Amino acid sequence: MTDLVTINLRVNGVDYQRQVEPRLLLSDFIRHDLNLTGTHVGCEHGVCGACTILFDGQPIRSCLLFAVQADGHNILTVEGLAPDADHLHPIQEAFHDAHALQCGFCTPGFVMTLKPFLEENSNPSDEEIREAISGNLCRCTGYDHIVDAVHIAADKMKEASS
Amino acid sequence: MKPPPFKYHAPASLPEALDLMAQYGYDAKVLAGGQSLVPTMNFRLSNPSVLIDINRIPDMAGIQSWNGGLSIGALTRHVQVEKSPKVLDKLPLLTATMPKIAHPQIRNRGTFGGSLAHADPAAELPALLRAVKGQVKAQSAHGERWINADDFFVDFFTTALQPDEILTEVRLPGLAPRSGWAMDEVSRRHGDFALVGVITVVRVDANGVCEEARMVFFGVGDGPMLAETAAGVLRGEKSTAEAIQTAAEAAAEKDVDPPTDVHATALFRRHLVKVLAQRTLTQAFARATGKEVSS
Repeated sequence: MTDLVTINLRVNGVDYQRQVEPRLLLSDFIRHDLNLTGTHVGCEHGVCGACTILFDGQPIRSCLLFAVQADGHNILTVEGLAPDADHLHPIQEAFHDAHALQCGFCTPGFVMTLKPFLEENSNPSDEEIREAISGNLCRCTGYDHIVDAVHIAADKMKEASS
Repeated sequence: MKPPPFKYHAPASLPEALDLMAQYGYDAKVLAGGQSLVPTMNFRLSNPSVLIDINRIPDMAGIQSWNGGLSIGALTRHVQVEKSPKVLDKLPLLTATMPKIAHPQIRNRGTFGGSLAHADPAAELPALLRAVKGQVKAQSAHGERWINADDFFVDFFTTALQPDEILTEVRLPGLAPRSGWAMDEVSRRHGDFALVGVITVVRVDANGVCEEARMVFFGVGDGPMLAETAAGVLRGEKSTAEAIQTAAEAAAEKDVDPPTDVHATALFRRHLVKVLAQRTLTQAFARATGKEVSS
């Protein structure tokens, strides 16, 4: 057994202090230590994008970071996306509206990738959207409905901010 | 699919990190972005007993102007390079290359120095470093040294870095006047490692005669491969379609020794070398002679 390391971090606005083994992946920490199982684990080598979270606001693969590296950092997972228990985030609504998910396994990774993308680019082209989601694999939809959903989400987010 | 246990150090300063490197040597791996290291640990392809996490060391990231070109801190994330106006101004070749590296999520975390020190033979940045004749700074507890790109890449995933050294800074000279550049690659899927790619930099004299042509291929050997025969074909020649064709054929036949693997046969890779050479030489010479280039 290796030594445990104490980490302090903020996840979805809540501060946590935990003791972790250095080899614990951030994805496993989020799922097993914090019981936030919305972050999905697909390939565990940085290819599928299912485990994408926001790390200090930027989408990264949580399977390619150790939990110890998150000490002092701010994390957002899919559980922290919706404004409250009764409302979805506009991106989540748009995925629902456009039928942009079937099995839903990849969806948390997509929506976390898209949040900062749409905040930066409120009127993206199809090409920009496909570049933005190029690091997320979906085996159900064929991506077309996801691209549709991103356009809908962009409109919803523009409306909400106007 | 879970990494083996290791000792974790997160030094707060570079001297502290260098002391740890001196202490652990071969047993230690530097953890920068971790976008190549952590997957190999998850697969248990690599099993370092000590990780030295350099992410908490201040002043190791940043992009500065240097000698008409750029000095880039080793811990600079790919996304910072990709979006830097300074990079676009000083070395647009680098701006054009960055989006070809993996996916946005990887570029948010992966580091410029880490990609070079990892020396994946199919990666873009090692080839770019050679194409522009860049240098890297290696620091250890005993001092520092600059290593030229041509001497840095030794073999498959192997560089001239000693076990106690950390790559801390990268210098990329600006291109000389009347230079032109191009980069291109072919991969199975967007963001995959390239089957074959190339970074091309050429320079012509006032009459449009080629003075230098550096094509550095990746995905075709043990490291970034400089096409020397092709360079010899072009030196002293006008950049006609025939000269470019001859150089591209020379590159494919003499300058690379591509592998056959699950992704592509050697024969297909040679074909790609020829096509990419022709395409990038044409674009690079057009830029060198002030013509419009559509990418």
